[in-house]
Amino acid sequence: MRTLELDVPDWPGHRAGQHLDVRLTAEDGYQAERSYSIASPPGDGVALTVERLDDGEVSPYLVDEAREGDRVEVRGPIGGYFVWDGDEPEPVLLVGGGSGVVPLAAMARQRARVGSTAPMKLLLSSRTIEDVIYREELDALAGGGFEVVHTLTRSQPPGWTGYSRRIDRGLLAEVAWPASERPRVYVCGSTRFVDAAADGLLQVGYDARWIRTERFGATG
Amino acid sequence: MIVSRGFRGKRRDGPSDRVPPGQYLTDDFPVLSAGPTPHTPLEEWTFTIHGVDEPKGWTWDEFQALPRETVTVDIHCVTRWSKLDTVWEGVSVDTLLDEVGYDSPYALAFCDGGYTTNLPVEDLTGGKAWVAYSYGGEPLDPEHGGPARLLVPHLYFWKSAKWVRGLTLRDEDEPGFWETNGYHLRGDPWLEQRYWGD
Amino acid sequence: MTGTSELRLDGNAIGGLLLEVFGAEVTAAPCVCGSCGAREEMARLDVYIGAGIVVRCRHCEGVMLRIVQGHGQTWLDLSGAASLQLGPP
Repeated sequence: MRTLELDVPDWPGHRAGQHLDVRLTAEDGYQAERSYSIASPPGDGVALTVERLDDGEVSPYLVDEAREGDRVEVRGPIGGYFVWDGDEPEPVLLVGGGSGVVPLAAMARQRARVGSTAPMKLLLSSRTIEDVIYREELDALAGGGFEVVHTLTRSQPPGWTGYSRRIDRGLLAEVAWPASERPRVYVCGSTRFVDAAADGLLQVGYDARWIRTERFGATG
Repeated sequence: MIVSRGFRGKRRDGPSDRVPPGQYLTDDFPVLSAGPTPHTPLEEWTFTIHGVDEPKGWTWDEFQALPRETVTVDIHCVTRWSKLDTVWEGVSVDTLLDEVGYDSPYALAFCDGGYTTNLPVEDLTGGKAWVAYSYGGEPLDPEHGGPARLLVPHLYFWKSAKWVRGLTLRDEDEPGFWETNGYHLRGDPWLEQRYWGD
Repeated sequence: MTGTSELRLDGNAIGGLLLEVFGAEVTAAPCVCGSCGAREEMARLDVYIGAGIVVRCRHCEGVMLRIVQGHGQTWLDLSGAASLQLGPP
């Protein structure tokens, strides 16, 4: 993983949850393009957190090679649906799988930034504790109505008392806000992760209209 | 154009007599799709030729009993990747068309899920096209078009329609799913016939 | 090997392309399916990346949009969508 800070001329500002399209052009004109969620909250510059996929087209360059002063083309900010501004009063449930945490972390940072009192819970699924993106920062943000719940699906550290399985109806029944609270939900990750989590939330009584989803593709 | 210093991407160039202009080699087999993967049970699967005096159809078992060929071909996707020496097994379209009387110059391939693509019959005959049910020695995976797909390697791979269920022979060329929306009517990669107007 | 469900994304994935084509943010735009009449925001529709982009209704799987880009052109077929509602929320 690597977090890159971009200096974008005439950046119009953005909203938590939005993403950018990044396009790279090689010397011979060959181009490749990928989308990355903006990790930073509004007002905090433009930061992208990129997960390196071994056989990726763009991520190995951004993680291994890119250095200060290098240039990329960006398009955005993009997104008017999967956004949270911090003035919404209802409780928020954020459900993320792997790199799906990036736009959700921007929302958590936005909450802290604007002093929102909307209760917010982040349920984060990762393979191992070492794979948890932003682990220390999320721990530091916890409190004041923001709570982080982890589930580690592949292996757990000694003494782990938290969840150790893929998100399912039972886990959501224990973690998610009661449906009576009519929370606002954001689910982000791979298509399989998002579909399973959204189905689980419907099974615990959530209305489909409360659940906003963003599916990441498998290519890097 | 802003060049990103040091960026190359994964692509490989290949020998120019095998890799058409504008294409790059891949070792993967990228999966591209226009819709959800259909799952037609083999006992319901048929392949049918329409637009002829006597439409002809085969069940899966009948299709499996037809003479089969194993071919090694290069394939070229309009999205710029090419894959060399891919091995397929299936029935030559010549074998299928030999069983019907026809004189139409064009065909429209139709598929589970609604995809269609148009081809001149000339591009389907003379040992240039197959209905393939095996890739790399294994039954063709549903995400790659199984149980059977059209295989027309000398044209861009959108013509090699996945989940093919038959051909309708026609007197006029009727553009299919992508040909009605910007992709070239014929799609010869060596002439770089990707889009309308190429 | 990637399962086929992973090939299906949602309208968020083409937000940038639509921003360029429409000159406006479209992911939150309500769209009505021409086949079944269901109304969903673009971000909630099923998106498939093939030779081109296909946007399908999540209820009936009917094709709503087809998008092909090449040679600086965009071919956009909206005939499967009864309507798109564009404008500020």
